[in-house]
Amino acid sequence: MGILDIKDVSKRFGGLQALSDVTLSVKENSVHAIIGPNGAGKSTLLNCLVGKLIPDTGSVMFDGKSVLGRSPYEINQMGISRVFQTPEIFGDLTVLENMMIPCFASRDGAFELNALSQFMKQRDVLETAEAMLVDMNMADKRGMHAASMSRGDKRRLEIGMCLSQNPRLLLLDEPTAGMARADTNNTIDLLKEIKEKRDITIAIIEHDMHVVFSLADRITVLAQGTPLVEDDPQNIRGNPKVREAYLGESA
Amino acid sequence: MFGLDKKDTSLLIIVAIITLLAPFILNPFPEGSAMAQFNAGYPDLMQRFVIFGIFAVGFNILFGLTGYLSFGHAAFLGVGSYACVWMFKLLGYNILPGILLSLVVSGIFALGIGYVSLRRSGIYFSILTLAFAQMSFALAYSVLSNPKFNLTNGETGLQVYTDDPQVLMGPNSPTVPNLFGLEMNATYKLELGPWLFQFNAGYYFCAIVMLLVVYLAIRIFRSPFGLMLRAVKSNQQRMGYTGLNTRPYTLAAFVISGMYAGLAGGLMASMDPLAGAERMQWTASGEVVLMTILGGAGTLIGPILGAGFIKYFENIFSKINDNVLHQWFAFMPDWMENAMVFIVHPFIGKGWHLTLGLLFMLVVIFLPGGLVEGGQKLMRWIRGDRRKKKAAEKAKSTTTTEPAE
Ligand SMILES: Nc1ncnc2c1ncn2[C@@H]1O[C@H](COP(=O)(O)OP(=O)(O)O)[C@@H](O)[C@H]1O
Ligand SMILES: [Mg+2]
Repeated sequence: MGILDIKDVSKRFGGLQALSDVTLSVKENSVHAIIGPNGAGKSTLLNCLVGKLIPDTGSVMFDGKSVLGRSPYEINQMGISRVFQTPEIFGDLTVLENMMIPCFASRDGAFELNALSQFMKQRDVLETAEAMLVDMNMADKRGMHAASMSRGDKRRLEIGMCLSQNPRLLLLDEPTAGMARADTNNTIDLLKEIKEKRDITIAIIEHDMHVVFSLADRITVLAQGTPLVEDDPQNIRGNPKVREAYLGESA
Repeated sequence: MFGLDKKDTSLLIIVAIITLLAPFILNPFPEGSAMAQFNAGYPDLMQRFVIFGIFAVGFNILFGLTGYLSFGHAAFLGVGSYACVWMFKLLGYNILPGILLSLVVSGIFALGIGYVSLRRSGIYFSILTLAFAQMSFALAYSVLSNPKFNLTNGETGLQVYTDDPQVLMGPNSPTVPNLFGLEMNATYKLELGPWLFQFNAGYYFCAIVMLLVVYLAIRIFRSPFGLMLRAVKSNQQRMGYTGLNTRPYTLAAFVISGMYAGLAGGLMASMDPLAGAERMQWTASGEVVLMTILGGAGTLIGPILGAGFIKYFENIFSKINDNVLHQWFAFMPDWMENAMVFIVHPFIGKGWHLTLGLLFMLVVIFLPGGLVEGGQKLMRWIRGDRRKKKAAEKAKSTTTTEPAE
């Protein structure tokens, strides 16, 4: 039993079986990487975890409770945050404002009847958001329109927004795609640091093997909607089945 | 970060000064001059400027911040008017109870309509609000006006009759809407040479109310609540994945903007104690959308500008007729004069809608940010011009002083 238990999850889009009987368990406080070729159904699987899609069959349990049938905001409140494959941020707002939204969310939103607690909350939110921007190396961009940033910066902002919520489970969908090498390394360092400092479980979809092997404790290979193998990184590296399915090489 | 910054405060002060000096500003032309028909400084029109300003400012809290486009806001305005006139009928002509009831009733209405309509977004939301507004119109126009149960007085419109209870009216109470005795139609006329300026109690009452609710709107824009609303407009999906249920925020915005509309309706009834169903019609709902977009949706001051612009056109352009045109072009040879009148004719009088439509098109195409964007561009241009001039002068002075050194 892990913190996240996916059992027999299937999802069909018209004639396409995107996921078939996926069973996967993520251990608490581990980094679990999901790799696989494009179109394998990795993003679809994450969509089933955060309430964006409802699987046709199967069950998804987080910390012993089912997430199916709950709306995205309820699932987030259970402790699951997600970084999307195409950055989902507030393009019309500034970087600092973007960062403040999750901070308000973690403090029961923006409503507060009492003026004093409203004031305290605002100060608290502002401090947390500024600190997170410093952690993400983005303090100099605080006043920028989020939409006008590069793709890599948008993604870093999104990662920061998710981390500022102190989630118990962080889902990352190709977090380093579109990032410069230096930013990729920064992100790896940041995630390593977070992993050491906090009680956090991370499920990460990634194409960059450097990232996968520097972070993952456990790797699942997904191909055509089914898990092919699940093993430790060192075993995955040499697995001929993986090389064949994922890297297109014959062993 | 939150609260009013320096710019907001100065904006508010400028708006306050303009509103309070409006009787002068809107009457720049001497009485009896050819241009006097462009004067807008008479009580009736000035009241309409600020009342529709309130309406549009409230609409902008919903549309400008959250992006939810309501096509039924006139329903709240109408409900506010009916509520206020009922207070006149039952209690008496003091406007305070009437306006308070307008706020309460429109708030309750907005809560119900918003609760249902906000289950959908985009075009479906707009259609739902439109449907509710048209139902309200039908209710007011016919259903709720029958001999057994006459709440709205149908086609005639709701008004005060001498046999109404008016329980709070004493023998000496004024028989027109008043605020503790200050009659809303009281006007002080100031004649300065050929100029005539009118100071109307009703206008100043509405203007002060407008300044208060504009202040409130700025506070909302700059609050965490306002931030949440802007985030809804920017990416509602993300709000969900961030653990925020957006419904309470959008509903609160809907109710607040509905109450602004109700307040405007109450003020309208306070200036002229009458409420008709036509105030709820879809054209009235569309008008406030035009006002907000024309002025600049999502800006603090835009909706007021838009409201003023449209009301000015409605009242001034619609009064220009062919005789006036002939006077204007009298200096031309006869054939040319007739040709000019022929060309301009469709755009004036009843054709003012045509002019407004053309202007609206121009603004939307060339100034998507509305009149506010136009103003900003103008300011930048003037500033840039001055900076260039200064730079040129500086260059000149340095070149002339150099030889002396
Ligand atoms: N909402 C959808 N509707 C229809 N087909 C979809 C939808 N989402 C994903 N798919 C399809 O499902 C398959 C798996 O997609 P995805 O999960 O995005 O793959 P991956 O993230 O592993 O690259 C793809 O063939 C994709 O086209
Ligand atoms: Mg994907």
